[in-house]
Amino acid sequence: MSAFVGKYADELIKTAKYIATPGKGILAADESTGTIGKRFASINVENIESNRQALRELLFTSPGTFPCLSGVILFEETLYQKTSDGKPFVDLLMESGVIPGIKVDKGVVDLAGTNGETTTQGLDSLGTRCQEYYKAGARFAKWRAVLKIGATEPSELSIQDNAKGLARYAIICQENGLVPIVEPEILTDGSHDIKQCAAVTETVLAAVYKALNEHHVLLEGTLLKPNMVTPGSDSPKVTPEVIADYTVTALRRTVPPAVPGIVFLSGGQSEEEATLNLNAMNKLDVLKPWTLTFSFGRALQQSTLKAWAGKTENVAKAQATFLTRCKANSDATLGKYTGGASGDSAASESLYVKGYKY
Amino acid sequence: MSAFTSKFADELIANAAYIGTPGKGILAADESTGTIGKRLASINVENVETNRRNLRELLFTAPGALPCLSGVILFEETLYQKSSDGKLFVDILKEGGVLPGIKVDKGTVELAGTNGETTTQGLDGLGDRCKKYYEAGARFAKWRAVLKIGENEPSELSIHENAYGLARYAVICQENGLVPIVEPEILVDGSHDIQKCAAVTERVLAACYKALSDHHVLLEGTLLKPNMVTPGSDSPKVSPEVIAEHTVRALQRTVPAAVPAIVFLSGGQSEEEATRNLNAMNQLKTKKPWSLSFSFGRALQQSTLKTWAGKEENVKAAQEALYVRCKANSEATLGTYKGDAKLGDGAAESLHVKDYKY
Repeated sequence: MSAFVGKYADELIKTAKYIATPGKGILAADESTGTIGKRFASINVENIESNRQALRELLFTSPGTFPCLSGVILFEETLYQKTSDGKPFVDLLMESGVIPGIKVDKGVVDLAGTNGETTTQGLDSLGTRCQEYYKAGARFAKWRAVLKIGATEPSELSIQDNAKGLARYAIICQENGLVPIVEPEILTDGSHDIKQCAAVTETVLAAVYKALNEHHVLLEGTLLKPNMVTPGSDSPKVTPEVIADYTVTALRRTVPPAVPGIVFLSGGQSEEEATLNLNAMNKLDVLKPWTLTFSFGRALQQSTLKAWAGKTENVAKAQATFLTRCKANSDATLGKYTGGASGDSAASESLYVKGYKY
Repeated sequence: MSAFTSKFADELIANAAYIGTPGKGILAADESTGTIGKRLASINVENVETNRRNLRELLFTAPGALPCLSGVILFEETLYQKSSDGKLFVDILKEGGVLPGIKVDKGTVELAGTNGETTTQGLDGLGDRCKKYYEAGARFAKWRAVLKIGENEPSELSIHENAYGLARYAVICQENGLVPIVEPEILVDGSHDIQKCAAVTERVLAACYKALSDHHVLLEGTLLKPNMVTPGSDSPKVSPEVIAEHTVRALQRTVPAAVPAIVFLSGGQSEEEATRNLNAMNQLKTKKPWSLSFSFGRALQQSTLKTWAGKEENVKAAQEALYVRCKANSEATLGTYKGDAKLGDGAAESLHVKDYKY
């Protein structure tokens, strides 16, 4: 085959398919220590290990949320953490039908000679690290490539380098039993219109799938985590139906049917926006050979974080808030969301941060 | 959009979708004067214009055949020919609900420094020619790129040249109102197994779709005409189910859902083989976001030619033979062919010619 079929092939295909189950999606809880620090700062919580553990325990023990989730992406520290009564998080998740995943990239660095474009690092000893993560219970991985739209961006160099980095990461994961989530995020920053975002998204995704083919990646054992196609952050907003139309068209033009699921990132969208957009896509009456679901970080946790504010007495309330967002997004994957999941103003709050440093 | 927006966009999309109508397919009757000469020679018929015209009239007026067809590919001479009662062939076809198409490539030439690999010519003045063909009634075009499997073949050069030639041809067609059929034929010659054919097919198709993306081709207004995935001509045969599985998987891994239909070439397969393989593909229970149909030349005309033998008194029987194959293939596009087509003289005959010069 053109695709590499290693000893994990069947397992990879099964895992990828499971993650893409309609009605389920991914909680991206893989904020690095630095990034989670920023979140904590916004709710006046100290960035220490016990607080990071407490937040994740809050999320992973929220009653009723497991049926809405097929996977959770973890940061390395969290992969080895336990609940307060000593149960490893990975065991808790696995027992509840939620597959643990692991962020494996090591952040972005600038591409010299470009206008602030970046490439992602993390390939060194990636195979060995994947083996360790597999032993610890992880069954999928995530690597975030970042591109931007500008007068002369994304450049051909940026597209090629990020696409090839993703492909190399993907095949190494598959050699070691982890389903690679391929994430080529095109930032919303800018004053471009939705057509420009669509054109760039199509060009980037075409390059990504060419690279995956060249590197013999088994598409049936991968997932795609793209941006939705939207106007730039400085441009007038459009309706969820328009976003759905442009997004699904772009995906139909570039993502081979062999890919079982597409798990959108939320970028700077508010919780409610992200859910409404996902819902509109699933309502669209057009042939979609992959499931369309979520892999949300901020768009699942924002209200929950605010409700918690680091206080034990708020845990139950925070968990109820989290359940509301999980259910809303689960409905959205089925095109059944009717809007207004919570009266919480936080749900409508834009989570956009200019030049967002992950 | 990444795809260029032609004034013909809506028409291209509608025509491409129509050609992919389940139950219908394409008759490839675009044999050049030289090639049709070989066919006529095999039945002892002189290669003169009247005989070429007589043959095509026989085909296009065969009772019951046109309803099984959505398109017929013509050679330039035929585009301007008339039936014996003075009606333009293109009008007969249009009135029968069949779109006329036109072969626009100018054959292959060798790629120096390779082991007999070729590229296809025909880009010079292609836009003007397309305009003229559109005026004459053509609504789709066809361009055949040829690749082969060998020790070191297909080379990266051959893949790249042929893919980018196809892409350039495709966008020029779309600028001028013709739906481009993209045909990257990988010859069946050789002793390789089906896995090798699958690997090469996936690699070639991935390159084609990258090239089409680079050239801003509107995929919704194109068709793909690939080889089926089979063992080499010198290798043991396999069942239609095995061919179907490998073929559809290769397509799932490379052909975006935006492409409305895939119209297989028959290569050197016998009439019956080609039909059974197409039927098996349409029976396969797996993701197929494009319709799977036929664009057969020899595999539709072989028995008909033999039955006709150039004689007026045989026309009726020859037309009956064509109807049998058209009906069989129409059923195959629906997965309902029972293999009971009255086998005409030569229907089970292999049509493989080693190193076939088109």
